[in-house]
Amino acid sequence: MIEFDNVSKRYPDGHEALSQVSFALDAGEMAFLTGHSGAGKSTLLKLIMLMERPSGGQLLVNGKSLSRLHKSQIPYYRRRVGVVFQNHQLLFDRSVFDNVALPMQVSGAERRDIERRVRAALDKVGLLSKEKLNPVQLSGGEQQRIGIARAVVHTPRILLADEPTGNLDPELSAEIMTLFEDFRNVGVSVLVATHDIALILAMDERVLTLNQGRLSEAARLAQA
Amino acid sequence: MRKPNSTLAAQPVRRSGAVESRSGWRSRLRAYVHSHRQNARESFQRMVDEPLQSVMTMLVVAIALALPAMLYVGVSSLQQLSGSWDSSAQMTLFLNKGAKDKAIKSLIARLESNTELAEIHYISPGQALDALQDSAGFGEALTLLDENPLPPVLLVVPIGEIEADVPRVEQLVKTLAMEPLVDDVQLDMKWLQRMQQILDIGRQITVLLGGALSLGVLLVVGNTIRLAIESRREEILVVKLVGGTNGFVRRPFLYTGLWYGVCGGLIAWLGVVLGQLWLGTTVTRLAALYQSDFALKSLGLDGMLVLIAFGGILGLVGAGLAVGRHIAQLEP
Ligand SMILES: Nc1ncnc2c1ncn2[C@@H]1O[C@H](COP(=O)(O)OP(=O)(O)O)[C@@H](O)[C@H]1O
Ligand SMILES: [Mg+2]
Repeated sequence: MIEFDNVSKRYPDGHEALSQVSFALDAGEMAFLTGHSGAGKSTLLKLIMLMERPSGGQLLVNGKSLSRLHKSQIPYYRRRVGVVFQNHQLLFDRSVFDNVALPMQVSGAERRDIERRVRAALDKVGLLSKEKLNPVQLSGGEQQRIGIARAVVHTPRILLADEPTGNLDPELSAEIMTLFEDFRNVGVSVLVATHDIALILAMDERVLTLNQGRLSEAARLAQA
Repeated sequence: MRKPNSTLAAQPVRRSGAVESRSGWRSRLRAYVHSHRQNARESFQRMVDEPLQSVMTMLVVAIALALPAMLYVGVSSLQQLSGSWDSSAQMTLFLNKGAKDKAIKSLIARLESNTELAEIHYISPGQALDALQDSAGFGEALTLLDENPLPPVLLVVPIGEIEADVPRVEQLVKTLAMEPLVDDVQLDMKWLQRMQQILDIGRQITVLLGGALSLGVLLVVGNTIRLAIESRREEILVVKLVGGTNGFVRRPFLYTGLWYGVCGGLIAWLGVVLGQLWLGTTVTRLAALYQSDFALKSLGLDGMLVLIAFGGILGLVGAGLAVGRHIAQLEP
């Protein structure tokens, strides 16, 4: 589903955030992306989201090179990707419900459909009772869960999460991971950037490690 | 946190394409219309939420529309006036002095069948002399003349339709002058021509002013929308990240522009109507002094619709120019 082929990313200031990264993630596969702060985790996810462009190498999604994607096609591509952002990226001028509904609204879904799915997504992250509140009224952990609900509400093919459990206690983190695994089990490619080693150890999934922009894949940590 | 229910995770393979059933396009259309209505409502709500900014923009739009509209009202009222001036295009036909009565009768009969003429009065040399003698002091002098020096005269008035139409009146003069019996045709239409010229200038000024102010409206609405885009930068980026197209992001701003224009047009109409009411009584009283029933042409329902439509189009175009430039550039 996702294929990095010798991908490098050099920022305009000359800093090379990713160096010749190669890996593939299949449909129905889940992996953790880990590494020290500044290792390039967010950069890697941004490349998949087309928020940044590779400065070298090839990035294929569903067999197609993202660099060949026409500008006008980008929105439709993004609709098939769900993202949990490190900084939430919530909109504080509308309710929790409307935040989660956004990915469905942009694709012109019907209101009945939107309501059904938004409630289901909020139910999954345990925020159904807060749908009418404004995100400002919620705690950091709850805001993060709004972001998670928004990332999954439209059942994307690819699910990316950048430190999704940063503000969550271990129990809640584990539940979110279970949710991600549910998606993995029905064919979604899931890539989770985190430096929460305890979480990774508990999960028995693939682990991709970035170090100064270089990727290595360890044997499963849980078995080590 | 509940146990996962099936609505979400169980159906990730259902893509937008696959969700369509036979009635798919209908539900799409319904969703599309609903989303437009929501955009229109939200844009309006946003305007109401920032009344000062909105009212300022609307007033600028209103003033820019009201000025040419008032000028238009003035010009077309004068146009009406110049057309309703009774004697405006009255012509005097001086006939050959020796013309026989019979020939004159047949000329009158011919003129009566001319559809462009409304009235024909014959003044014989005798009648003219009597009239002249009756008026101040000529009596003595005229009796000294051996014969009546005055020619027979026909006064003709063209039909109302062509009275204000200078080229047609001139054409009529030429035709009448070709009658063998007619010596000369006099038409004092200089003032009419001058009036026409003034009206033409008035019309041109209306168009110029309208054009310049329309440009101003485009700029003002465009700038307001640009500021709105700036202030909603974060939101736009998030919407684009979850797959919002440029079109989707543009739409609320286009509605905002449309609202500014429509409300501006409505205010402009109100302003013009109030101005007419205020000026109207004065104008009518003044006109009464000159035995004229001149009144300002009123800007009725048609005018309101035109102003609203024109304002709406300007607002939409102004917003379109702004979003076209700024939204495509905002990329996450
Ligand atoms: N927009 C940017 N411009 C320049 N340098 C950047 C930019 N974003 C990230 N970097 C740098 O790239 C490196 C990787 O950053 P990032 O991908 O955010 O790391 P991580 O998410 O693993 O902490 C860091 O050294 C960071 O300073
Ligand atoms: Mg990061």
